[in-house]
Amino acid sequence: MADSTPILGDDGLTLKAKLRQAERRNKLKTFGLTVPLLAFILVTFVFPILLMIARSVDNPVPVRAIPQTLEALQSWTPPTLPAEATYRLFAEELLAADETGDLGRLASRLNYDLPGSRSALTRLGRALRRGAEDGQSYRALFEEVDPRWSEPEIWAGLKALDGRLTGAYYLAATDRTRDVDGDIVLQPENTRIYIGLYLKTLWVSLLVTLFCVLLAYPIAYQLATLPTGRANLLMILVLLPFWTSLLVRTTAWIVLLQSQGVLNDILVALGILDDEGRVQLIYNMTGTIVALTHILLPFMVLPLYSVMKTIPPNYRRAAISMGATPSRAWIDVFFPLTIPGLGAGSVLVFILCIGYYITPALVGGRTGQLISSEIAYHMQSSLNWGLAAALGTILLVGVLALYWIYDRLVGIDNLKMG
Amino acid sequence: MDATQAAVRFEGVQKSYDGETLVVKDLNLSIAKGEFVTMLGPSGSGKTTCLMMLAGFETATRGEIYIGQRSINRVPPHKRNIGMVFQNYALFPHMSVAENLAYPLKVRGIDKAERETRVLRALDMVQLAPFANRRPGMLSGGQQQRVAVARALVFDPDIVLMDEPLGALDKQLREQMQYEIKHIHERIGVTVVYVTHDQSEALTMSNRIAVFNDGVIQQLAPPTELYERPSNAFVAHFIGENNRLDGIVRSRDGDICQVELGDGSMVRSLAVNIGGVGSRTTLSLRPERVTVHAKAGEIDNVFAGKVEELIYLGDHIRTRVSLCGQDDFIVKLPNSDRHAMLEPGANVHFGWNAGDCRALDG
Ligand SMILES: Nc1ncnc2c1ncn2[C@@H]1O[C@H](COP(=O)(O)OP(=O)(O)O)[C@@H](O)[C@H]1O
Ligand SMILES: [Mg+2]
Repeated sequence: MADSTPILGDDGLTLKAKLRQAERRNKLKTFGLTVPLLAFILVTFVFPILLMIARSVDNPVPVRAIPQTLEALQSWTPPTLPAEATYRLFAEELLAADETGDLGRLASRLNYDLPGSRSALTRLGRALRRGAEDGQSYRALFEEVDPRWSEPEIWAGLKALDGRLTGAYYLAATDRTRDVDGDIVLQPENTRIYIGLYLKTLWVSLLVTLFCVLLAYPIAYQLATLPTGRANLLMILVLLPFWTSLLVRTTAWIVLLQSQGVLNDILVALGILDDEGRVQLIYNMTGTIVALTHILLPFMVLPLYSVMKTIPPNYRRAAISMGATPSRAWIDVFFPLTIPGLGAGSVLVFILCIGYYITPALVGGRTGQLISSEIAYHMQSSLNWGLAAALGTILLVGVLALYWIYDRLVGIDNLKMG
Repeated sequence: MDATQAAVRFEGVQKSYDGETLVVKDLNLSIAKGEFVTMLGPSGSGKTTCLMMLAGFETATRGEIYIGQRSINRVPPHKRNIGMVFQNYALFPHMSVAENLAYPLKVRGIDKAERETRVLRALDMVQLAPFANRRPGMLSGGQQQRVAVARALVFDPDIVLMDEPLGALDKQLREQMQYEIKHIHERIGVTVVYVTHDQSEALTMSNRIAVFNDGVIQQLAPPTELYERPSNAFVAHFIGENNRLDGIVRSRDGDICQVELGDGSMVRSLAVNIGGVGSRTTLSLRPERVTVHAKAGEIDNVFAGKVEELIYLGDHIRTRVSLCGQDDFIVKLPNSDRHAMLEPGANVHFGWNAGDCRALDG
């Protein structure tokens, strides 16, 4: 069959060309329909994330405020102190920066890297405004204002501020810092928080996911096997948390779990605990885990339920008719078919849990906080947005990495949300 | 058949799901070894329930079920050694075709080498060897059907149950599969209990057919007998096409009785299943047993009728006739040049023999 004459439509175009045209039009239409959502996601999601990533390495103040000092410091190495000329240069640039307000910003920036160093700079600024006494060297003036200026650490800290981009926030976010020689070292043990907090967050998320699986699997199974009427009723109970305000639910947990709360009262009344031995179930990690499990449970039940619902009971009957015991049929046939739902629910719960903020903040007390509360702290209280951004970016990358691993192990195609 | 020789025996089996209504009422059925028995009946008549009781997924409310000599009422389903083919095949989607077939062998602890040869043999039987490593989802409906059949047979079960296995296939494939299943049955001689609501399927495949209605077996007979000699009005109506004429028995002389219809005509009929003189009866007459241009004296019954409608169906012409006070009397005329064509509106004499007109329960 080598008939190569193209088929022509009435307007002279070949059928093939018309088909392509029609397809192109269809594609454009489909694309057009998704544009609003795409734009929305771009503006409210992608753009802020990019902004966050940028913020985590952004370092505009030092190169703007004290460019010459930074340059001069490049040729200086500890443990000696810088030359007098550098002191003078720094003093002049600081005075200029004071006019524009950059002095305070620089002080904050230095303070992130060298906690407690803010006052050394602000005091210096005030002294410089008054002017130096005659014949006094800048170095003497500096040392008179604050003894820290006679140590190389603060100068090394200034030197490290160089560069439009900085990795300092990431160092801080991973409990690291630069020593006086500029080498990356772990922070002293008592100030390390973030690595431990990340691990704790991972661990808690894993626990919550596990509890959700343990609680949701039997419920979903019940739901899928019950007649529709009763299944719907049970489903409403499962969905109730979705429809209740988070604050109401949290308050309920407080009422139930606090040491003078319902649960403790019952245990005491039953004689299981004595009045002095009441257990603290809230404002600690227990509270966080209980509340998170409760809040995230529907995200596990729903995918599991929808997957189980699609497994015909005949599969297990078939296995049994072929000689498998009911439990073997369950393991060989039913369970493997629920894995996509299990995977979807676990990914959902785990990822939601890793970034959950409000619940740990409300019921976690001091020990039940996760990494999200640190991010919020730096956003709202310490105003160290660079560090908050670095912490957030690490979290994001971690979640993506876990997602990738999941894809490797189970396959994203196997995710079934419903 | 000697009841103790039966491969499967239902004895006085009843089933109720809700404790009020009986879905299966007093079922007695013996199936010989190697027989192909079909349970045929309308939807909801209790066929699946019977099959499920035999497979062990439902328990009989009363009565005993035997496989061979052994009562299986207390044998759990996985120990009954019964192969099953389900309506939607119930192939395991997460296993390949070969793994599906190997599953019953695996749970029986058969070693790997033996498993492989038996799986291959079963796949050859249904001509699906090249598809061994595919997932069931990648097969067509007919291929899935064949895998399901092979899987139900691969472990040499005593009995194979099939519940409307061809229901999801289109007509042509269904007919082809009917023959394939029939041939496999003939070749390996396994006992088959087959459920369908499709009468032509039942007629094609079975050694014997049990016609179900309302939880009761209406008639148990080989296909030809079922069609030629239905023993009650339900069976006559359910199997094949059938003219029903309601009337009252006026006299009876041995096998032959006279039945008076609503319009006063008297019909000579075969007394099959009637009460005494004066009782109500339904006459059943196959449309193809009616002769046109019949002459009195040559045939037992002759009546004048008016042709109302002709429907051309290729191999035959369905003719609707007003006759004996009924306007939905159907006559099948073979499409052959030896046969006279009728015109709508024509007045014609139609006739039939007493032996083709069966007087059944009213
Ligand atoms: N699991 C069940 N629970 C309650 N009633 C059922 C169940 N299965 C079937 N029935 C009822 O039993 C009757 C017979 O059903 P079934 O055996 O499935 O008929 P068939 O297979 O002939 O269509 C129907 O009225 C059906 O509604
Ligand atoms: Mg059925």
